Amino acid sequence: MKIIVCIKQVPDTTEVRLDPKTGTLIREGVPSIINPDDKSGLEAALRLKDEINAEVTVLTMGPPQADAALREALAMGADHAILLTDRAFAGSDTWATSCTLAAAIQKLEYDLIIAGRQAIDGDTAQVGPQIAEHLNLPQVSYVEDLKRDGDALILKRVFEDGYHLIRVKTPCLITTLKEMNEARYMSVGGVLDAYREKEIEVWSLKDIEVDHGNLGLTGSPTKVKKSFTKGAKTAGKLYDVDSKEAAKIIIDKLREKYII
Amino acid sequence: MNFNLLKEHQMLIKLYEEFTEKEVKPWAEEIDETETFPVNTLEKLKRYGFMGIPFPKKYGGAGGDILSYILAVETLSKACATTGVVVSAHTSLCGAPIFEFGSEEQKLKYLVPLASGEKLGAFALTEANAGTDAAAQQTVAVKDGDNYIINGSKIFITNAGIADIYVIMAMTDKSQGTRGISAFIVEADTPGFTIGKKEAKMGIRGSSTCELIFENCIIPKENLIGKEGKGFSIAMKTLDGGRIGIAAQALGIAQGALDETVNYVKERRQFGKPLSYFQNTQFQLAEMKTKIEAARMLVYKAAYLKESNLPYANEAAMAKLYASETAMEVTTKAVQLHGGYGYTREYPVERMMRDAKITEIYEGTSEVQKMVIAANLLK
Repeated sequence: MKIIVCIKQVPDTTEVRLDPKTGTLIREGVPSIINPDDKSGLEAALRLKDEINAEVTVLTMGPPQADAALREALAMGADHAILLTDRAFAGSDTWATSCTLAAAIQKLEYDLIIAGRQAIDGDTAQVGPQIAEHLNLPQVSYVEDLKRDGDALILKRVFEDGYHLIRVKTPCLITTLKEMNEARYMSVGGVLDAYREKEIEVWSLKDIEVDHGNLGLTGSPTKVKKSFTKGAKTAGKLYDVDSKEAAKIIIDKLREKYII
Repeated sequence: MNFNLLKEHQMLIKLYEEFTEKEVKPWAEEIDETETFPVNTLEKLKRYGFMGIPFPKKYGGAGGDILSYILAVETLSKACATTGVVVSAHTSLCGAPIFEFGSEEQKLKYLVPLASGEKLGAFALTEANAGTDAAAQQTVAVKDGDNYIINGSKIFITNAGIADIYVIMAMTDKSQGTRGISAFIVEADTPGFTIGKKEAKMGIRGSSTCELIFENCIIPKENLIGKEGKGFSIAMKTLDGGRIGIAAQALGIAQGALDETVNYVKERRQFGKPLSYFQNTQFQLAEMKTKIEAARMLVYKAAYLKESNLPYANEAAMAKLYASETAMEVTTKAVQLHGGYGYTREYPVERMMRDAKITEIYEGTSEVQKMVIAANLLK
C-alpha cells in the first residue's frame, strides 16, 4: 500500500502572541511544529506501515524551512519526503495550494492520501477535500478511526453529535482529526537517519504540471480584507454564595438570555 | 571554531524534550518518593532508541555521536536525575567498555542486546575497601581450565538487581597490583552471582544501587574483556568516558532547577511584587545561568574531544568537577529562592538538591577529578 500524507509546518499557536497594534501573528521566535491534525494523519499512516508494510511518503508545500517538518516526519518513520517549494507558490490560498499539491500527487503512485482536517494557523479545512476533488477521488473527512477491510477502509467520520461508519474503496483521500491517535515520538535512530541517510526531494514549479493561473497569490481567489483581534471581554461578575444560590443565579442568567 | 549544534542535534533535543516532558517528568516525584526503579520509562527509552545512542547500528545502537548521547542524559536529567543515571551507567559504563575493549564476539553477544535496550547494563569496580583507592580490589578471579571462578563482593553498583549484564573488575594476579586486575562480563543469572543489600539513598532514589556478591561464580574465559591484567586500565578509561555522562547529568539537574526557579520567582509575590523584581533574585539567577553555561561548554567540549578520538580525560575531569559543583550550588540556590516551599516536597527543587549531591561523589569524587587535573598540569 502506498500512502501519501500531506503535512503543513505551522507556528505552535500555543506559543503565538498577537501584535496588539496590527492584529497579526508575531511569528518571530515561535517554534514551528507539524500541524497536529496532520501529525495524527501521519501516525495513522505509520500504523498501517507497521501493520502491512505500507510505504509512506510525506508531502508539503512551503518555504525551504519546511524541511524541518519533513525531517521530523522521516524521523518518526516515514519513508520518503517531498518538499514543494517555489517563489511562484508564495501567497497561495486553499485553492492554489490544493491545485499545486494535487499536481504533485499526480506524479506519484498512491492508494491512500491522508491530510489533516485543518491547520491551526488557517483553520479552513478546505485543502484536503479540494485535493480529492481535483483528483476525482472519493473522500472521507473528519476521520477519527481507521481499519482495513480488504482493499477498502472502514472509517469513523465524526460529527459534533454522532458519527458515521463509512466503508470506502481505495484509492481515496481522508482527512484526519488530532483526536484520532497519540502520535509517536521520533526515535533517536530515526532522527539520525533523517539527516544522514534519507533525502528530501525538492520539487519546484518546473517539476509539476499545473495551470499557472492557479498558482500563488495571483491564482488565489481568496483575498484577506482585514484581520483584527477580537476585543477583550469585560470582566465577569463574582458572587460569593453557596452552591444552591449559585445554581439559581446561573439558571436565572441563562433564562435572561433565552438560552434555556 | 563553531559553537552551533548540528541540525540533527537540534532535532534530537526536540525529541528528548518532548519525551522528557511526557514520559519522564510526570513520574520523577513518584519514583523518588517510593524508591521505585522506572521500569515503564525504561521500556519506552528502549522503544525510542535511547539505550544505545553512541554505538554503531551494526551493534544495535542508533549510530549517534557522543554529543547526541550527552544531550539525552542532560535533557532527561532536567526532569529526573534517576532516569539520567540509568541511561548513563548503562551506556557509558557497560556498553562502552564492551564496545571499546571487547572482542567482536563479545560485541555481538552482549553489546547488541545492550545497545538495542533488550538488556540493561551495569559496571562494578567499587568495593567496601576499594573506593577512590580502586586499586585495592579484593574480588578475585581464578582461572580454572576454560573458566574463571569469581569470589568477592562489590558495593554501590548502579542498576544492580535490574541489570542483565555486568562489567566487573577482579584480581587475577594480586602480586601485580593494578596490573593484576582484569575486566569480565557477568550475566545476571550466572550461578554463584547474587544481589545483596539495596542502599537507601539521599537522592537518585529511583535508581537501584546494590551490593553484588560472587560465591564461586563460574564464567567462561571468553568473558574476559581484553587481556588479563588490563582491567584497571579499562576501568579508568571507562570512567573517563563515564564522567562526561555524569557531568551531563549534573548539567541537566542544574538546568532543571534553574528552569523551575525562573518560573517560581515570576509567580511568587512578596512585598507586593513578584520575587523576580528584586535585584537579589536577578543576581542569583544570573550567576546560576552563567555557571550552567560554563559547565555546558566544558561538557560539550569533552564530548567533542572523545568523539574526535583526541585525548579527553583531563577535559572530562574538569567537566565533571565543574558541572557537579555547579549542580550542587545551583540547586542549593534554587531551594533558597523558593524559600520555605523549596524545602518541602511540594516543589521539585528539594529533590533536585538531593539528586545533585551524588554527582560530586560517584564515578570519581570531585577530589579525584582534581587529582587528575593537577596530575596533568604537573606532569
